[in-house]
Amino acid sequence: MSKNGKRTLAGSAVVVAAFAVVFGTSLAAGPAPGLQDDVIPEAQLPEVKGTELAVLTSPPHVPPPITRDYATTVKVELEVVEKVMKLAEGVEYEFWTFGGTVPGSFIRVREGDLVEFKLLNHHDSKVPHNIDLHAVTGQGGGAEATMVAPGGDATFTFRALLPGLYVYHCAMAPVPMHIANGMYGLILVEPEEGLPKVDHEFYVMQGDFYTRGRHGEPGLQPFDYQKLYDEQPDYVLFNGAVGAMTGDRAPEIQAGETVRLFVGNGGPNLTSSFHAIGEIFDVVRVEGGTLINRNVQTTTIPAGGSSIVEFRADVPSTVLLVDHAISRVFNKGALAAIKVTGDEQPLVYDNHKGHKTADAN
Amino acid sequence: MKALLLTAAILLSVPLAAEASGPRERRDPEPAGMVRIVGGSFRPLYRQPGEELVTVASFLLDARPVTRAQFEAFVQAHPRWQRNRAPRLFVDANYLRDWEGPASAGALRARELPVSDVSWFAAKSYCEAQGARLPTTAEWEYVARADEHRRDAAADAGFRQRALELALGRRLQPVGSGFRNAWGLSDLHGNIMEWVYDFGSVFAGSDSRATSRLDRNITCAAGVTSTGSAGDYAAFLRYALRGTVEARSTTGTLGFRCARSIP
Repeated sequence: MSKNGKRTLAGSAVVVAAFAVVFGTSLAAGPAPGLQDDVIPEAQLPEVKGTELAVLTSPPHVPPPITRDYATTVKVELEVVEKVMKLAEGVEYEFWTFGGTVPGSFIRVREGDLVEFKLLNHHDSKVPHNIDLHAVTGQGGGAEATMVAPGGDATFTFRALLPGLYVYHCAMAPVPMHIANGMYGLILVEPEEGLPKVDHEFYVMQGDFYTRGRHGEPGLQPFDYQKLYDEQPDYVLFNGAVGAMTGDRAPEIQAGETVRLFVGNGGPNLTSSFHAIGEIFDVVRVEGGTLINRNVQTTTIPAGGSSIVEFRADVPSTVLLVDHAISRVFNKGALAAIKVTGDEQPLVYDNHKGHKTADAN
Repeated sequence: MKALLLTAAILLSVPLAAEASGPRERRDPEPAGMVRIVGGSFRPLYRQPGEELVTVASFLLDARPVTRAQFEAFVQAHPRWQRNRAPRLFVDANYLRDWEGPASAGALRARELPVSDVSWFAAKSYCEAQGARLPTTAEWEYVARADEHRRDAAADAGFRQRALELALGRRLQPVGSGFRNAWGLSDLHGNIMEWVYDFGSVFAGSDSRATSRLDRNITCAAGVTSTGSAGDYAAFLRYALRGTVEARSTTGTLGFRCARSIP
């Protein structure tokens, strides 16, 4: 869709930039007239051909890139399951999940696709749930259409109008609790032209958790309302558990390979200062949108927001993914890892000891 | 048809709540298994526009949720409520799905569990067969404010946290084995969620993210204006469930108990 629309958008951006320079105003001051006119006329929506069932994946896996060059009807079926899982060693928590994992299943569609979305709520659930996908243009992002009692299901259809990496989450009352229990995930709307090819793609999502017991206190820990209210989490985690993506569970890649991370932040409360220890992000698709920044050390990911970061793993090491609000790493669990194996590259990095970098895990 | 029945239910619930004079009431004040609740006023989670307090007249309420054994006796006496006979207009496909047979609740150990997988229609008929009725939302919420010692502990953050933990805790334990409050009522928090007569009349909202006003667009939900109530997450969960089920819905964690008006 909208080759025209894109040109208009780019043109408007130039106008805004020029305006900003001339008048010394911030770009954040608001869109120039014309940006709001960039709505795609119905006639420009791509023709939808055929139907396919979406491939959903659990973290840290990402469905394969879309090779289609046309829009289709994508059917997504996602079931809400309330289940006890490991939060940390010796600590359990009753998570509320989209598809049985925290974060929920990764959904991948193409710009222009018509998405037929079915949300099911498991019969044994205790409470009703729904879903708000930030990729949706429409009432509540689908929340209104998908309220489902235990044992029920609901379906709605939306057009994936704009490319980007979007958060989805539950929006039933009390919303902060549904999110704090793990009800979030990511949906990628690939641009028509696709994303540049990389060797590996992974799915990482941060969330903050509030338990009655302090960090590490063993047993089945109930949700703590007061800590949520005070915004004082006991756990800040990548992919829903301490160590979900470290040690044996850290993905392994080869030095010289390229990596793309689809990173989300479910919150409910904290903003992430996302950083990779021992790497520099070659590319950051800022906030999951079309703006590209390069050579970035740390990128901000708001609660209910995302980022796409890409880097080439130049040397063998264990790349640590952290929230650089660093006590969250040291005390609250905000740590994931990617193991990079291969030959040392002393012209890039030399530890002067003649042996491999110690495994940080 | 369903819409008509729902409308009728909602309309009927109003005089029930206001005058507390339900149909088929009995004169004997405290039948077996029931507790006399002294009426009073409280500030509910959701209020009608302009409404400050809700007043509940004195009434009688089952001390415990209805058990599988009790519901078995009901379907044996009223075969039209057996799962293979109940019309799909009144029950969904999961009605009494875990039962051993259409008129048999199953093993001995299951008999004292609260009955679940029952629709609003079935629950209402059960209560009517006992000369009783379902409690209203106001009545249910009124008694749910009690902890073990106080009839109104709703402002206590510690009690609210406990009620929330109970609500999310283990389900379907033998009735009476859990939390028993100052009224002498068991299992209001934890074990099972419960149908109320006017379940659909207050709508928790599909998209309720603001703390002060849950959803301005939803009729009847004036929202939470007292800051204290915004922390009553157990109540939010109850209202959310009541707002999403239909009268024919059944779920594995939704049962009921019966009430009677006092003349």
